[in-house]
Amino acid sequence: MIVDWLIVLIKIILALIWFLTLTLYLTWVERKESAVIQDRIGANRAEILGLRILGLFQPLADAIKMIFKEDFVPPFANRFLHTLAPFLSFFFVAVTISAMPFGDNIRIAGREISLQIFDANVTLLFVLAMLSLAIYGIVLSGWASRNRYTLLGGMRGAAQLISYEVALGLSLIGIIMVFPSLRLQDIVYEQGKLLFGWLPKWGLFLQPLAFLIFLFAALAETKRVPFDLPEGESEIIGFFTEYGGLKWGMFMMTDFMEIIIVSCLLTTLFFGGWQVPWLGADGFHFPWGWDWLLPRWLVVLLQVAAFNLKVFFFCWFQVLVRWTYPRFRYDQVMDFGWKLLIPLSLFNIVATGIIMSVIR
Amino acid sequence: MATFLFYLLSIITVASVVAMIFSRHQAHNALLLAVAFTSLGGLFALLQAPFIATVQIIIYAGAIMVLFIFVIMMIDLRQPFPPLRKKWVFALGALLIVVIFFELIMVIKSFPTASKATNLDFGHPASLGKLLFSKYLYPFEITSILIVAAMVGSLYLARRKER
Repeated sequence: MIVDWLIVLIKIILALIWFLTLTLYLTWVERKESAVIQDRIGANRAEILGLRILGLFQPLADAIKMIFKEDFVPPFANRFLHTLAPFLSFFFVAVTISAMPFGDNIRIAGREISLQIFDANVTLLFVLAMLSLAIYGIVLSGWASRNRYTLLGGMRGAAQLISYEVALGLSLIGIIMVFPSLRLQDIVYEQGKLLFGWLPKWGLFLQPLAFLIFLFAALAETKRVPFDLPEGESEIIGFFTEYGGLKWGMFMMTDFMEIIIVSCLLTTLFFGGWQVPWLGADGFHFPWGWDWLLPRWLVVLLQVAAFNLKVFFFCWFQVLVRWTYPRFRYDQVMDFGWKLLIPLSLFNIVATGIIMSVIR
Repeated sequence: MATFLFYLLSIITVASVVAMIFSRHQAHNALLLAVAFTSLGGLFALLQAPFIATVQIIIYAGAIMVLFIFVIMMIDLRQPFPPLRKKWVFALGALLIVVIFFELIMVIKSFPTASKATNLDFGHPASLGKLLFSKYLYPFEITSILIVAAMVGSLYLARRKER
């Protein structure tokens, strides 16, 4: 009993370390990648004992700076809600990492341990529920600051997130139909099978349209540049105008954590999660007849590495998108969501249903 | 642990609902109601019904209350409503309390015993879907038609008059 509790505790700590370290270094990736895109050098001055290594210490310097800034609440703000908002927004995104499957079950000292903190038959819905609660942080910060710009940002944020959540949920129905489960771990297991005997049965190949809809809706959910209306750096600064120091830092970290969660979801639902193509529980079985048997620990290690690699790829991809495209206008964002993505996702559900009933 | 969580969540639910009734600030009311919905979701999860729990949170706390708060903040009422002081409101309220209390007692009396209610499939999305599309097909479809009708009606009402 006590061992089970300890295992859960260790898993939570490890997952949070992974999550927060990745968040911290995503800020570095963002700065370096934008610098390369804009033909600059980027942050490279932070050093420890003369060691610079491409500015890898920059996130630590940023964190120290943020912690020591003044924690200021404007006198006209609603003090309690103003303080509560960044914590709400941070908490609901951070808690979703508990549903992400990092790998297959491992066996330590005769005990089956799954590389996932929270496993239930509805983990996919759990992630969506927590992400939908994250709206409260934005709306509350916009409203409690009692500033017209923050109010505008909060309103835009709420409107945008609600509209795109519809498209996000509808695009996932196709995936749920193909891999008949709401458990993320089951969906990943299902993607380990093969299509026509050689193609990995990934969500991307079965549901290409759902992948595109999910990608756009998820980009809108992260509130970054093609869809950064709630923030709009050059026009309204956004719902966190009245925040400074670590509270502002929490909003910024929430943004980066959302990128990671979206990457995890894209990986898990459409790119096979921790599955490596043709890697079974006992080694590789290539479709052209070769077998390459591997020990169990190496297989699990490869799977966890594959999950990490895919997540890193999508993080990099989202930063690339953010620094490549200009911002949509507000009415264009709403038209894109309601008039294109939602009808397309409804069409995807009907088409998936027809094809599945014909094949069966 | 489960007992502790049950009491914690129940206290949060009841306290936030009571605070919502007594608060006169519209935005606070909506937020307290959202807290109540979320902790109600936690109670469902404790009853081994994770599907109902997450759906409760997605629909009530994540969608409906966000829309409420959206409207309240958009209108931005500065001063709260004054309390109602009409005799017939109190009379109606008292009558409703008696009726609902009576109904609750009837329902609780007719509950099956605990061993009967908790079967393994309870609240599983697959079994719920099967029930919706077999035994409760007509109520399900009629409800969805009702929702579509309400949606079309509200769109018609909100439409700009073109003259």
